[in-house]
Amino acid sequence: MASQDAPALALENITVTFAARDAKDTRYTAVKDATLVVAPGEFVSVVGPTGCGKSTLLNIAVGLLEPSAGSVKVFGKPLVGLNGSAGYLFQTEALMPWRTALDNVTAGLEFRGVLRGEAVQRAEDWLARVGLAGHGHRYPHQLSGGMRKRVALAQTLILDPQIILMDEPFSALDIQTRQLMENELLELWSANRKSVVFITHDLEEAISLSDRVVVLSAGPETRPIGEFAIDLPRPRDVAEIRLTPRFIELHTRIWHAMKDEVLKGYARTRIQ
Amino acid sequence: MREPESSKGVWARMRPRQGNLRVWQVGMLLVFFAIWHVLTVPGIVPPLYFDDANKAAFFFGEPLKVLSRVWDWFYSGAIYEHLWVTLWETFLAFVIGTVSGLVIGLWLALNPIASALCDPYIKALNSMPRVILAPIFSVWFGLDIASKVALGVTLVFFIVFFNVYQGVREVSPTVLANARILGASQRQLLRHVYVPSAMSWVFASLHNSVGLAFVGAVVGEYLGSSRGVGYLILQAEGTFDINTVFAGILVLTAFALILDFVVSVAEKRLMVWQPRQGETERI
Ligand SMILES: Nc1ncnc2c1ncn2[C@@H]1O[C@H](COP(=O)(O)OP(=O)(O)OP(=O)(O)O)[C@@H](O)[C@H]1O
Ligand SMILES: [Mg+2]
Repeated sequence: MASQDAPALALENITVTFAARDAKDTRYTAVKDATLVVAPGEFVSVVGPTGCGKSTLLNIAVGLLEPSAGSVKVFGKPLVGLNGSAGYLFQTEALMPWRTALDNVTAGLEFRGVLRGEAVQRAEDWLARVGLAGHGHRYPHQLSGGMRKRVALAQTLILDPQIILMDEPFSALDIQTRQLMENELLELWSANRKSVVFITHDLEEAISLSDRVVVLSAGPETRPIGEFAIDLPRPRDVAEIRLTPRFIELHTRIWHAMKDEVLKGYARTRIQ
Repeated sequence: MREPESSKGVWARMRPRQGNLRVWQVGMLLVFFAIWHVLTVPGIVPPLYFDDANKAAFFFGEPLKVLSRVWDWFYSGAIYEHLWVTLWETFLAFVIGTVSGLVIGLWLALNPIASALCDPYIKALNSMPRVILAPIFSVWFGLDIASKVALGVTLVFFIVFFNVYQGVREVSPTVLANARILGASQRQLLRHVYVPSAMSWVFASLHNSVGLAFVGAVVGEYLGSSRGVGYLILQAEGTFDINTVFAGILVLTAFALILDFVVSVAEKRLMVWQPRQGETERI
């Protein structure tokens, strides 16, 4: 057994270089020498300009992608293959289109051999928690983009993973639903503290949810350029906390650190 | 927009539109039979092309005789045995072809090396005119239904095979990765991701494969058999009984249509998860 105080997830000196399959000499180093450590029960948000390598880092953490250099440790043990302690909420559509919402939520339990009756009961419960009670019989193409995201959330959380990796889970939702979901997520999380890596474009969302915000530099050769502990009291209400002076102070500080990188990233995409 | 009823001509009210399509379709069929009738029954119109009034009937049959032959078949029950054999062959060819196409398609699609190895042979087998195998199958499997089923299978197999192959390659990498992270084993991936994805392609080609299974059965019978609708046609042809030949063709066409309809119903029920155009309901 790994030691109790080992970090839940440790990405150490990760470098990711993509090589085009047909032309080996056209390389793109998305991430360079990046280190990200997440303690058990810690809620970490990662912000950074678009295309900087946030999804790439999560893919590394879950074991879908192997880093070109560096090591990944899960509860102190080097990661081999897929990360069995992690749940992953993909940025893009990942539901099985041939399964109803309910059957998508039960999928993980089914793969683990949980009996159908029990799985359905738990899935109904989770659908209700993400605000989709009564929509279980619908197929993904019959749901809105935001509803699909919430089904995916239920699909991941029903398995109660030790580490939750979320890639811009709420960016498809309107601001009100989004704040509801954020509060719901915080409530779930504080009842049963898991390690969370939460990726977002939205700095306010990052601050209001997290214990720590990590800012990535613009790509290529992305690495963390700042870490900010968020010492706002919990439990929080994501709407109210945005009005407190401490929040505004933190926001200003992090925004200053980010601004240059966002402009850099934007300039680069314009040139291309 | 709306004009008063009286100002509409007869044509304006009668012309084909969504509501009366069926009526027009039946009407076209009746007109076709009427023309056929007028041109072939000796003595109605003077021979236009042939030098003898009876020749048109000899070459093209007479619709009334054709229809009465069909009626006789069903009334006396003589056709059922043959129809049953043909449909049974179709069914067997369809099932065996689909299952083998599915299994081999999945296997090759998931084994890049094996698929690279077999690639030229698959291409060769597919481009070969496979109907030509019928005589060989007759030798191998005899004149009973097995040789017809074999012919149908070779036709169905490749359609299903290529669709399964495509279906497996079209699986969204994200859906696949998600299923793996949710804990699916290799077997479960096959069952819950690859097969459903492949099945959507197989169903898209269902009309084709059922149709070809039918073709395989009939052509097989026609080339040598002792039962089946193809055999009836073959026999009638031997005695220059053109009316019976047409009657057989008519029955085959009708059953092809029925099979197609059954496939459409099955498709609708099995593919509910696929988005379709225009699913809104008009109120
Ligand atoms: N398989 C790949 N092959 C080549 N390049 C890749 C591949 N995957 C990602 N990249 C590149 O790596 C960089 C980082 O991609 P990534 O998806 O991690 O960005 P991101 O930070 O998640 O962006 P966004 O916020 O828009 O989702 C991009 O420039 C992208 O083009
Ligand atoms: Mg991304």
